[in-house]
Parts: sequence; C-alpha cells; structure tokens
Amino acid sequence: MAEHVDARGLSCPQPVILAHQKMKELGKGMLEVMVDTDTSRENVSRLARNKGWEVVETKKTEDSGYVLILKRD
Amino acid sequence: MSYLKSFFGTRWGIILVGAFIGVFAALLQKWGNPPNMGVCVACFERDIAGALGLHRVDVVQYIRSEVIGFVFGSLISAYIFKEFRPRVGSAPIVRFILGFFAMIGALVFLGCPWRVLLRLAGGDGNAILGLSGLVVGVAVGVLFLKKGYSLGRNQRTFTSVGWLLPLIMASLLAFLIIAPLMGDGGKSGPIFFSEKGPGSMHAPLVISLIIGLAVGFLAQRSRFCTMGAIRDIILVRNFHLASGVFALLFAAFVTNIILGQFKAGFEGQPIAHNNHIWNFLGMSLAGLSFALAGGCPGRQLFMAGEGDGDAAMFVIGMITGAGFSHNFSLASSPAGPGLYGPTAVIIGLLVCLFIGFTMREKVE
Repeated sequence: MAEHVDARGLSCPQPVILAHQKMKELGKGMLEVMVDTDTSRENVSRLARNKGWEVVETKKTEDSGYVLILKRD
Repeated sequence: MSYLKSFFGTRWGIILVGAFIGVFAALLQKWGNPPNMGVCVACFERDIAGALGLHRVDVVQYIRSEVIGFVFGSLISAYIFKEFRPRVGSAPIVRFILGFFAMIGALVFLGCPWRVLLRLAGGDGNAILGLSGLVVGVAVGVLFLKKGYSLGRNQRTFTSVGWLLPLIMASLLAFLIIAPLMGDGGKSGPIFFSEKGPGSMHAPLVISLIIGLAVGFLAQRSRFCTMGAIRDIILVRNFHLASGVFALLFAAFVTNIILGQFKAGFEGQPIAHNNHIWNFLGMSLAGLSFALAGGCPGRQLFMAGEGDGDAAMFVIGMITGAGFSHNFSLASSPAGPGLYGPTAVIIGLLVCLFIGFTMREKVE
C-alpha cells in the first residue's frame, strides 16, 4: 500500500510542500499524490523529477482531478 | 494541440511567455502607456478604481483594457484546454484582506512585481529596493508556508460562479466604450478618465485589449507568476518560473534599449520616488501578501479567469485597496510616500503576520 498525500482543493504551493515533505519523510518507495488542477499536477510532477522520483503514472479521476503515482528506488 | 498544451509547461515555454510580456510591455509604452508601466497590474487596477470613482485622484483614472484582456485570455485558454474549473470557498475574506494590503504596499512602492521588472529594465535603480523588498516579503511568506500556513481547501462550485469576475470585466469594457454619465443624477461621471498624468496615457484600446488577451492566454498556459518564481527558488530550489521572469526582464531591457526608453539612475525616474526605506517596505508588504495568497496580482487575474472565485476575491480586494490608498493619503507620488502610507504599511505587515501565525493546520 503506497503512502498518499491528498492535496485536492489546496492553493499553490501547498500541494508541492505536502508532496515534498512526504518525499523527504519516505526517502524512497511509492507515493500517491492526489491533486485537482493541472497546475498542481505539473508542479508536483516537476518537483518529483527534480528530487529524483519517477512519475510512474498519472491517472485521471472521476472528479476531473489526478492521482500521481511516484516512485523512487 | 497536445504539443501546444505541454510546450508552455516546459522551460522554453515559460521563457517564451516571459519574453513576450517583456517585449510587448515595452512596446505598449511606445504606443502610449505610461513610462516603465507598459503593464502594471497594481497600477492598472488602481486606474480602474479611479475611473469608477472609488477614488478621485484625477491623474490616475482610466479603465485599462489590458486587465480585462488578462482575464478573458485566461478564460479562453482554460476553456480550449479544458482547464476551466469553477472553485471557491478557500478563506475568501482572508484573500480579500490580503489583496487590500497587497495593493497598499504596491502603491507605496508604485508598482506590482511586473512593474518592478519593467522599472529595472528601464534603468530605474529604485526598483532594486522594490525587488529586494519583494524577495524578503516572499521569503517570510515561505517561512509561514513551511510551518503549515494554509488558506484551507476550496470546493468545486457552479460554472456561473467562475464566470462572475469575467462578467465584471465585460462590464468594465462596456463602461470603457460607452462611458455613461451616471453620477449626480446622470449629469457627470463616473466613468472618469484622466485628462493629464499617467491615467491619460494609454495605448489604443484595441491594441491594449489584444495584447492583454494574448498575455492572459499565454500566462494561463505557462502558469507565469513572479511571486511564484521567487518562492520556488527559496522553497524547492526550482528555477522554472524564474526563467520566465528573467526572460521578461531581459526582453524588456533589450526592447527599451532599441526604442530609446532606457535611462539609468535613481533621480527623476518616471512615476517613481526614491525613498529607499518605503520602496523596500512597501514591496515587502506586497510580497508577503502575494505569498500568503498564493500568487502575484497577474497570476490572481489568470486564476480568476480559470474559474477561481477565491482569486477573484483577491482582485476585488486589490481594487478596493486602491480606493482606500488614494482616499486615505496612503499611496506614494513622485514626491515620496503618502502622508499615512508608512503607517498603513506597518499595519498591513502586522495583519499579514496575524494571518500567517494563526492560519496553520496539519492538512494530512
């Protein structure tokens, strides 16, 4: 079961801060980040790549948000 | 279409957008806008407040169609790329207050972050103090963000809610074109248009509107944000947004040189004063307010165009703040800070600290 961050409805840059905190806390492994805007999707994806995490999958949700699956070995 | 959609999210995409804004801001000055003020969201919203009679300083009254274009450009882009997302309910009153004090701080310096860059690109050394203040203000905001500062979650809402600010902007365009006499029982303004001073200086309406639409469209795609640029450097050492800001500065500088609009110095700069302390502190207040509200004034307009009703509250707070700034002798003039401007900046900083310290939550 991957750790997850629910950043839906939060203003920029909170999704990035929450995802970043979780990445630092985990160090490696799988992380799911839920966002609800394209801006947050892009920002969290960019952060992940900068911090050495791979964006494995970006799933669109029913409420037109996204779940980003991040991974670091 | 998908290439276009992703291109503006790239480093080159945001550089192109920054350069576009820089070149056309400098050209707007050539075509009639005030010096070093090709595009200034704070100044232009202040002019709109004046045109509506929310203040009566007769040199800064005009309905700036660039602002209208920003919102509609963003709205059009958001619809084309399916990013229009009506949302509201994340501390609207706080955003109003932050917009209010952001405007007071910006008018003590005399410009928004975009004008900081345009003033620098025009050779105005006083903008260095403004930029320094902006960086310090944003840095303090980042400290609050790291400590869990949050405006809370927004919620999806009805499409019509997302259309309210665009409809207000459409009304402003109608006021600009028709200029109805509705004051004094139909005998005089508002709408007021300056006959002298910066408010009387403007590029042709159609040109301003088209450039505003283009900037709004591009900025929505690229998420261009001056405050975000500084914040991301401090917060996550990310220079993505900053590359757009540097591009704006460089492009405006080169265009100014070509057009003969560059004049280096601190003294006698257009629509500027050289009180270093209040240039610095005014922009510190603005920077802190932008950081706590999640976007610079331009970005707030673009988010409002995407359907963000909370960003719209920030915009309305700024326009209201402009009215207060001039009615209460807070705004600066080329002679220096307004009589009560420094007091208002201190009060604004205290209000921001109060908001920053008290609005913390553990979100997860």
